This record gives sequence, structure tokens and C-alpha cells, in this order.
Amino acid sequence: MARMTARRALSAVPVLIAVTFGVFAVAAASPFDPVKAYAGTAGLTASQENLDQLRANLGVDQPLLTRWWDWLTSAVRGDLGDPSVMRMPVADVIGERAGWSLTLATCAFVIAILLGTGLGVLAARRPGGALDRCVSSAAYTLEAAPAFWLGLLAIWFFALQLDVLPAGGLTDAGSDTVTFGQVATHLVLPASVLGVSQLPWFFLYVRQGVTDALDEDPVRGARARGLRERTVLLGHALRSGMLPMLTLIGSRVPELITGALLVETVFSWPGIAAATVEAATSVDFSLLAALTVLATAAVLLGNLLSDLLYGLADPRVGFDG
Amino acid sequence: MRARSVRGGVAVTLATVLSITAAACSNPGGPGKGAAPADSAVVGIAYEPDSLSPLLGYGKDGNSKIFDGLLALDEDLKLRPALARALPVVGDGGLTYTYELRRGVKFSDGKPFGARDVVFTYRTILDAKTNNPSRTELDAVKDVRAVGDHGVVFTLKYPYAPFARRTVLPIAPEHVAGRQDVNSGTFTTRPIGTGPYLLTKWSKGEKLSFRANPGYWGGEPKVKRFTMAIIKDDDVRATRLRSGDLDGAILPPNLAEGFEDENGLTTYTAKTYDYRTVTLPTHNKVAGDRAVRRALDIAVDRQAMVDAILNGAGKPAYGPVPTGSEWFAKGTERVHDLDAARKILDEAGWKPGKDGVRTKDGVRAAFPLWYLTGDKLRQEHALAYASDARKAGINITTEAGTWEVIQPRMKQDAVLAGGGSPADPDFDQYTLLMSTLAGDGFNNMAWYDNKAVDEAVEAGRRSGGPAARKKAYDTVQRELAKDPGYTFLTHIDHVYVVGSRFGDLTTQVEPHDHGLASGPWWNIEKWTPRGADK
Repeated sequence: MARMTARRALSAVPVLIAVTFGVFAVAAASPFDPVKAYAGTAGLTASQENLDQLRANLGVDQPLLTRWWDWLTSAVRGDLGDPSVMRMPVADVIGERAGWSLTLATCAFVIAILLGTGLGVLAARRPGGALDRCVSSAAYTLEAAPAFWLGLLAIWFFALQLDVLPAGGLTDAGSDTVTFGQVATHLVLPASVLGVSQLPWFFLYVRQGVTDALDEDPVRGARARGLRERTVLLGHALRSGMLPMLTLIGSRVPELITGALLVETVFSWPGIAAATVEAATSVDFSLLAALTVLATAAVLLGNLLSDLLYGLADPRVGFDG
Repeated sequence: MRARSVRGGVAVTLATVLSITAAACSNPGGPGKGAAPADSAVVGIAYEPDSLSPLLGYGKDGNSKIFDGLLALDEDLKLRPALARALPVVGDGGLTYTYELRRGVKFSDGKPFGARDVVFTYRTILDAKTNNPSRTELDAVKDVRAVGDHGVVFTLKYPYAPFARRTVLPIAPEHVAGRQDVNSGTFTTRPIGTGPYLLTKWSKGEKLSFRANPGYWGGEPKVKRFTMAIIKDDDVRATRLRSGDLDGAILPPNLAEGFEDENGLTTYTAKTYDYRTVTLPTHNKVAGDRAVRRALDIAVDRQAMVDAILNGAGKPAYGPVPTGSEWFAKGTERVHDLDAARKILDEAGWKPGKDGVRTKDGVRAAFPLWYLTGDKLRQEHALAYASDARKAGINITTEAGTWEVIQPRMKQDAVLAGGGSPADPDFDQYTLLMSTLAGDGFNNMAWYDNKAVDEAVEAGRRSGGPAARKKAYDTVQRELAKDPGYTFLTHIDHVYVVGSRFGDLTTQVEPHDHGLASGPWWNIEKWTPRGADK
């Protein structure tokens, strides 16, 4: 298992390097102009001389390969560079935001997995039953509903109609200190919305997996031996029905990141999402590259995690497989 | 590692995460509002600054909250002394401006403010290595030097009448900002100034929190805690205002309407110089023709745009100066008259073709009009303009694009542009109309070329007396009416909804770029909320 992890980590290096080059290449080819993004509205009244000076100062007049190599070599030495739009070092930009994004994504993922698995097992017990029909149709609807729309709906219902949860931000707008209670109450809506938007996939996979498993020989055998229904369901059916769901964990990570992007915007959550969008539209090479490396690493980790879990859940699958 | 122990580890981790989530979920407790302290204010804004450093352009038009300029603009946009003791003494035929500084002023870190801070601020901004996109605004400055600890003298390259209005620019402390990288140092996010408020926290993408500066030279503000929540989506901002999370917010007119009968909230409509205009490029065979320009100028129904697009929150615009301003040249209003427009085109030889589009010497009266992608307001203006033009026989096709797409086309194609600066007519008219600035960045987008206008704009910035300046800008407006190289459409009101408990508030006349300084909270340091001590 450790060997597999190490091997994966090693193979991640060329992937990450290739990805950063891809980012630089795509950004260089994009129609956006970093100088215009930096200057913002002031750029619309600035003189051409002023703008040319900015272009030289920001170093964006260098060729693509030079910029990429400069970024890579200084990144390896620990200096991620100074992004232009944010006007502060990249490491600071990411440092002050990544934690909040991670909190949000982790809570949402846990909600999605637990609720999805629980509902999936219950639905699979009686396929076509009332619960199955209700939850399944809800899941298909949710699959089609965009996360930001769910977010606005949740704000309208919980913050406006019921007035039980805050509509956005990390803490109350008027409060300056970040306390656990404040963050916890402000986390409920965005985490639930993001979790619920990811839930359908987990639910549908588990439901299908467990339904199939219930028809298989080991389960029939267990029932024939007179084991309790609970043991059959959780010990036998769920265990083999969960396998496809575990692969899903890895493949849902990118979706989770995109979903988080939208949800953070709707709820004014001070995470990495807003920075990502800004970095992309303003062609902020160094920030964009660092963020992409982070997202790529998250996806690779997600895949590794799902492979490890798969190995743990099904002893027939080796860790080196 | 054995599979069993790994399984145990995973279980423990999961259990921990779960219990944290459960704790989070089981702790709703309500958002803790209803009893907001009387001396705090939370406002929702759509804009987040990129930096809080005056050296990089923050607060250059005043009202920066954290900093003060040498001078400040009051409610009527009259200059008032701030860090300077009095208005400057102008000498040497308008080439030198001498300021005597206020004494005893301290930065929020306790260090005294002095002439060296002023010199540092201006010299740093003028340094080519500083990434300040607004440097051009100080183009007139040749040199700035200190005279003792409490005097500063600016020497200009050419006489520049509105210069004093540029010195509302905030002053940064040399002993802090001078010791770090001006473009990416910590000062850009953790500013230290002399202003009425101190920044307590800037949670990027969420909010800026301020607390009153107890040592403020103008007296400690009564609103002790002030928060600007950054909420880019209009609907979310309105929702959070309704839920009581915000005390005030900027809103589009149609959303503000929903708050009109709301108890405890007051709607403020700020008059502005914020215009929307169509550039008619000189180098386009159709749009560059004076008859076409004049016909379009009266074929367009401005009042209909104000009513339909702006929900009445705005005014027809006939030039960069709004009709309500003291700089407005009376008599340059144009009446919507489609028949007169058709007559002008007929007389100029633009004959109607089979499809209703006019032609002259084989040139079809048609050109494209670009607007910024995603800007709904500009899109609606562009569509209304095209439809009015069509009635006069001119075929305008609207196209959407980013500035990167639009810029290379500006010489030939029309653009739906915006702008406007109330502080001085020179600020926006010089860059909009001077023929020498045609094609320089986004200045003079229409490549407007009119000798009489050039001379008047130049005279307006050089001559000192208010009467002479008024005459110069009257000339600009009258010449623009004769040769309208831009079709000015509307001046747009900015609408704000704020809690009534803050009393009767005022608004300044606002510019096109209204960042975070505008709105009824332009002078929040002077607010007296009901229920606050004293």
C-alpha cells in the first residue's frame, strides 16, 4: 500500500509539470489581456504609454517558454511568484483561502457520501417502493439542477422565509472575529447545497450496486443460511454494492471543485473559487498555474484514495493492481 | 501497513470528520441579528478593490476611509482642506501649488504625518516602476518637494487649472510603505493611514471591516464599526438586505423599487456624471459623416431609454456634462425629431434604398456597434439605439465582445462606451475629445477630430478663472452639438437603499467608476445613528 502511494506520488510529478505548461500555453493563447485585467477600469482612461510600462513591469511581454521556465524554477525553490491582479504573493493568496475551501468541500463531500449511501441502501431494499420512487426522482431532478440555482433557492427559503440560517459570508457581516459557532452556522447552507448537488451520483450508484448485489449468489446463500436481514444488507450486499461507489469518489473530485466554485460565489464564501475565476479571466499566469497544480493534486489524491479504499473493501484487489 | 489497521484509521478519521460536521449542523442558533449594535453599519457593495494602497491607485478620487488626501470634496463637490491646512496657494502663472500641512496629525500606528509622506506618495506614484494604472492623471506634475516639515510645493509642466482637484489622492506613510515592495508588499492589504477608519480585516471576496479611528484629527466617527460586504450578485445583495443582514446596499433601480414601501429603509438616488454614449468613428465612411451624426443625434429617443431601460432612474444626456450641472451649456438640449433626422439625411444625399437602408455614392448607411459582453445595461442601450437608427434608415448591427476584441476595431466600428467624472470637466473631456489622443489606449475612442473642440478643451485646462473655464466648456458642448462624433444617450442614477435609523443621508454627484467610496456612506464618518451614544 505504501509502495503504491509512493509510486503514484512519483508519477504525479511529470503530470503536474505537464499540466502547468498546459496552463501557460492555454493562457497565452487566450484572448484576455493581463494588462487590461490588472488596470481594470483605470485602464480605460490610462495612456498607452502607461499601459506599455505596466506590460513591461508585469513581465507579460516575455515569450511563453521563458515565463513558464522562470515560474517553474522559482516554484521549485518555494517562491510561487507575485500575481498581478491580487497584488500580493501567490503563496499568501492561496494560504488565506485554501483552508476555507477545504472545510467547505470536505463537509459537502461527507454529507454527499453519507446521505447518498444511507438513502441508496434504504432505496435498494425495496426497489420500486415509495421511498425509492421519491428519492430516485428527486435525485434525477437534482442531477439536472445547477448548484448556484440550488444556492439561491436555499438562501430564499432558509434565510428569507424561515430566517433560521445566515444568507452568506463566513461570519455575520457585522462581526469581525471568526469564532467556531459563527463559522459553523454560516457553513450549514453552502455545505448542504454543495453536498446535495453531489448526492445524486452517490445515491444512484449505491442503489444500483446494492440492488444488484442483493440478487447475487453470496447474498442468496447468506439468506439461505438464515442470517438476519440487517447482516445480509450491511455485511454482504452493501459491501460489494459499495465498490462502484468507491471509484466514484475519485471521479467526483473535479465535479466537487467546479461545484464549489459556484457555491462559494453565491454564498460570498472567502475560498479559493473567486481567486480562481479572477486568475483565469485576468490571465494571471503564476496564480493560475499554482491553483491548477492544486486542483490537479486534489484529483490525483482523490483517485489514489478511491483505489486505496477499493483495495481495503475488496481484498481480491491488490494494492499494486 | 496492514489492511486492518488502515481500516481502523479510516474509521477514526471518518468519525472525527463526522462529529465536527454534526456539531456544525446541530448548532444553528440563528444568525444573531435583530439586535445589531446602534453604532455599527454594514453595507453591501458590488465592487472589491484590487489593493488598498494609494500608491497603486486606491482611493485616488477621495473618500478612501482609511486615508486622507491633502484636500477633500464636500457634498457639493467643493474643495475643502483635509491634510492641508487650507486650499493651496497658486503661483507662477498657475505652475506652482503650495500647500501648508495640518499639524499634529498622526498615522494610525502613532507616527506623525509630515511633508515627507506627501512627497513620498506622489514621487512613488510617478515612478515608472510602480504599477499604478492611473499615473496619467498626474501627468502635469513635474516635481514635488517638501519645504520644511509642514510645507509641500508642486511644480507643474504646464498650467493645469483643475490640478488642486487631483490632490484629493490619499497620502501613504513613508515609514511603512517606503520599506517594502510597492507592488506586492503587505501595505497593499494591510494599510496604515490618517483617515477616520482603521482596517480591521479584509476577508477577500467576503468583506472589508473597519473600526473608528479614536485619534482621528477630524473627531472620532460615531459609527464605530463599519463593514463593507462584497456581494457581486444583485439579487443576493437585495436578499441579504431584506433579511436584515445588511443595513444598506447599492441596487439596480428595478430591485430598489421593491424596497420603496419597506419600513425602516430609505431609498437614495444619487445624481451622476455616469453617461452612456455611442462612439461614431471619424474613420468610418458612414459614422464619420457629419449629416449621419446629426441625424442620429436627433433620431434617438433618449427619454424612452431612460423610462424603459433605467426605470426612470436617469436623465437624457446631450454631452458629457449632465443637464443638472453648473457646467452644462444651456440650449444644447436636443429634441427627439425623427422627421428632421430624415430631412437632414435626404438633403445630404443619403437616399433610401429598396430595403429601407439609405445609400450615398454606393456606400450603404450601415455599421456595427459593439458593446461589452455581459453588460446588460450597455446591451439594452445598444439595441434601443440600433432600433431608433433603423427608423431613420441607418442599419446598425449590434455585436458583443470583450475589450480585447473591441479595442482593435475602435477606429472603424462604433462602441457603446461609458464614462464621466464630476470632479472637473477636464478629467473626462480631455481624454474623450482631444484629437491628439485618438487611438491612445481607450482615450478618444471615436478618433474625434475637431479643431474648435481641441482648442476649447485645451483652453479649459490651462486658463485659471472660473468664468473663462465655463466659457471654454460651453464652447465644447456647442461644437459637439454641431458635430456630434459621439451620440450621448443617458446619464444613469445610482440607487442605494439604507436603513432609516442613520437619519437623513446625502449623496455626492457620482462618477462613472464609483468603487466603494460613493453612495450615501461617502461621509459615514459624519453619520449620527439613532441610539448611538451622543
